[in-house]
Amino acid sequence: MAVVPKFVGERIKRREDPRLISGTATYVDDVRLPGTLSAVVLRSPYAHARINSINVDAARSAPGVVAVLTGADLKDKVGGIPCVAPAEHIPFHPLLAQGKVRFVGESVAVVVASDAYKAQDAADLIEVDYDSLDAVSDPEKALEDGAPILHEEFGTNLVTRALVPNPAVDEAIAKADKVIKFRIVNQRLAPVPMEPRGALADWHQALGHLTVWTSTQIPHLLRSALAAVLGLPENRVRVIAPEVGGGFGAKLNFYREEALVGYLSRMLGKPVKWIERRRENLATTTHGRGQITYLEVPVKNDGTVLGIKAKFICDMGAYLQLLTPAIPGFSGLMMTGCYKIPAMSFEQVMVFTNKMATDAYRGAGRPEAAYIAERTMDMVAGELGLDPVEVRRRNFIPKDAFPYTTCAGLVYDSGDYNAALNKALEIVDYPKMRAEQAEALKHGRYIGIGIASYVEICGIGPSAMLPPKVPGWESATVRMEPDSRVTVLTGISPHGQGQETTFAQMAADAFGIDIDDVTVVHGDTAIVQYGVGTFGSRGLSVGGAALMMSVGKVQDKLKKIASTMMEAPPDQLTFTNRTVALKSDASKSIPLQAVVDAAYGWKMPIPGMEPGLDATSVFEPTGCTFPFGTHISVVEIDPDTGVVKFLSYVAVDDCGNIISPLLVAGQVHGGIAQGIAQALYEEVVYDENGQLITATLMDYAAPRAQMLPRYELAHTVTPSPLNPMGVKGVGEAGTIGSTPCVVNAVMDALKPLGVRHIDMPLRPEKLWRAIKDAKKA
Amino acid sequence: MRVNLTVNGQPRSDEIEPRLLLVHYLRDVAGLTGTHVGCESTLCGACTVLLDGKAVKSCTVLAVQADGASVTTVEGLAKDGKFHPIQDGFWEEHGLQCGYCTPGMMMAAVDLLSRTTNPSEDEIRHALEGNLCRCTGYQHIIKAVQYAAEKMRAAAGR
Ligand code: FES
Ligand code: FES
Repeated sequence: MAVVPKFVGERIKRREDPRLISGTATYVDDVRLPGTLSAVVLRSPYAHARINSINVDAARSAPGVVAVLTGADLKDKVGGIPCVAPAEHIPFHPLLAQGKVRFVGESVAVVVASDAYKAQDAADLIEVDYDSLDAVSDPEKALEDGAPILHEEFGTNLVTRALVPNPAVDEAIAKADKVIKFRIVNQRLAPVPMEPRGALADWHQALGHLTVWTSTQIPHLLRSALAAVLGLPENRVRVIAPEVGGGFGAKLNFYREEALVGYLSRMLGKPVKWIERRRENLATTTHGRGQITYLEVPVKNDGTVLGIKAKFICDMGAYLQLLTPAIPGFSGLMMTGCYKIPAMSFEQVMVFTNKMATDAYRGAGRPEAAYIAERTMDMVAGELGLDPVEVRRRNFIPKDAFPYTTCAGLVYDSGDYNAALNKALEIVDYPKMRAEQAEALKHGRYIGIGIASYVEICGIGPSAMLPPKVPGWESATVRMEPDSRVTVLTGISPHGQGQETTFAQMAADAFGIDIDDVTVVHGDTAIVQYGVGTFGSRGLSVGGAALMMSVGKVQDKLKKIASTMMEAPPDQLTFTNRTVALKSDASKSIPLQAVVDAAYGWKMPIPGMEPGLDATSVFEPTGCTFPFGTHISVVEIDPDTGVVKFLSYVAVDDCGNIISPLLVAGQVHGGIAQGIAQALYEEVVYDENGQLITATLMDYAAPRAQMLPRYELAHTVTPSPLNPMGVKGVGEAGTIGSTPCVVNAVMDALKPLGVRHIDMPLRPEKLWRAIKDAKKA
Repeated sequence: MRVNLTVNGQPRSDEIEPRLLLVHYLRDVAGLTGTHVGCESTLCGACTVLLDGKAVKSCTVLAVQADGASVTTVEGLAKDGKFHPIQDGFWEEHGLQCGYCTPGMMMAAVDLLSRTTNPSEDEIRHALEGNLCRCTGYQHIIKAVQYAAEKMRAAAGR
């Protein structure tokens, strides 16, 4: 028999792909159940309005219509959408508006018909009598006296105020050589997974059982929330995340429509499906970012940063989704970045606005933090006339200081920030690039070099870091089947990340079997033990660690049995090439299958040992991992058009040990694309009346292939001590490094014109104006 | 209304509503769910299929407009149990993550490769500008198309 190779660390083609490239994968909308009805949601065209009456008579009698529900029909019959993060004011979040709408797109009624076309026809016949109210979309205005109040019961638009005080910062400000002050904005973004949301519910009357297929990152957490909202026992609810077409945090949530289809299916005794349209996706799927930050940074003239003091205004939207008020905390805690800044303090004011809720979007609070830290470093360099590389080096946490406790109390696991910076500088040939830049300027060409050295939080995380109903542990079951093939059941819920491949690599190596002999199952609460889900770059570092715990347990049992068969101590044994062999001499071995046969009790050699070969484990991390890296971009701005052109983009990322280089590259590429999009293109725009301007993909500038550069990747490898694989996580790194890197490059290009800062997105028009104004001045 | 068309080489004849979109015809009438809907407004390309060999966005074509035409969807790419070179390219070069854009992306690429056998990176980026991918940042998609182009050139002996 051919020798079984090793898989970890190799370039392995994904095992998910054959079904995806052949068009045979099953996303929610591809699930077909006979007799399925379609639901269409009627949504508010107003940002803020009182509902006087809703007339559904014409809709109810339209062809094909089975049911029409409004908020009144649901009152006191179902719960509201939960927010599990603590906040001073958490409003009731209804499935359908109750008397008032508070953002454009808020669900007002739902129509169920034999197909979606008929449901839409009927929805168009519903007459809603609204009294339009003043709306507030600017979060800074929402707290002013006289601002329209969204939730009257609170008498204020304040969601909550978070304070992390530290008098040492004020002392630093008092004795600094200089205090640099500025305001920066992390604009609202839309996650835009290419598959919009969607859910299909199927109630079984005789069993009293509900099955819901939904496009989610968290099937188990969603099951808990769904059961609670609908008042069903959790063991009678099954949630299936089938193929999921991207999430980026937007599907780390529980939405009105997921509960609505469950309610409707139970009411009607038929399967009910709702599929989100892109317009709805841009208006009613959570947004991300939405933070304004005022900064005060005391420095010494040599570039040493003595502290950071920040005030955040956080735009929460009209209601709170699952984690809405938890996201800004990460921005505050991480804003000191890779730097040994002795003191920090911040105040966060979170406010209601007449907009869709914000919540996690790729990076969830850490991109904002990295943007603050890395813009700060460039501001410091600019104000003091120092090189941005020099300022970073002066403030870096040194490599021998790890594990390092930051002034915010976070414990960074491991790091070598200079190594990543040096590697990136080498790749771009920094001194040469600076010389070229100076030369180009002489000819009126504006070239900019942007650096961002980021650190972020991954492997989220120890449960204590998260709200109680979104714990930080993860689960895995490993089962060696009677034919010695392996089934892995993981509590994470990948939706493009590729753990069907990476987990198979890991399990195959551990048992000395082929990768094709491992099957990874996820996303079905009836099959997989309770788990948490895929977000916060935790799939591998937390989910993978749970996998290795279960692998270890099955290995131990196999070794014990084999040791009696081979008359060798268990700790002398290893798994290789489908055998259990002596570590010291692989030729002394027995076939793995023989040990498996024994374990299943057919020739059980150890009296009293429980037959079977499976193990379930839960990994609770002791801390988060902190991946880091340096991204450098070189851009050129056309002064006549304001268009930014990339001359190069280099990313050096350190995500610890790498299981699958191909997949790591894919994650970094995708992340960089989204981060560049924040820097240059994307912004969710509401006008001052709360009307959504960016309601289609024509207006919301998710980047296309020719809007993005070619990325050059490299790595340094600093293993994490916190999990057995030494991995850190890489799902969000690209997004976090790229945004400040590109903004710093553009600002560097415009520095000769005296431009200090321009808020994102750096669209051509904005840059063209800034250049024109600067030249005039 | 009755439409007669060929889908992936199979002739079909169906009674449909005149307003039915081609993408819904393919998914709900013909049962071919490999073609996806990402925006229903010609802006994302997830629904791209070949209509008489040319890439079109099937969310903005009525099924009745395809009467008499021949349609190829992702399900029609593989031949004799073997993947089309573009499918091999996407698999080999990790040209997909969540896979939602992939069928449309591959159909747009097949259209490009039917017009030019050795496209440059720029030409590929340009040809795919109607197709959004939110996962990959496009670099591996470009490599996938280059891989397919090379394989197809080799097969054609060029
Ligand atoms: S669904 Fe047709 S282009 Fe988006
Ligand atoms: S692979 Fe997910 S959108 Fe392209």
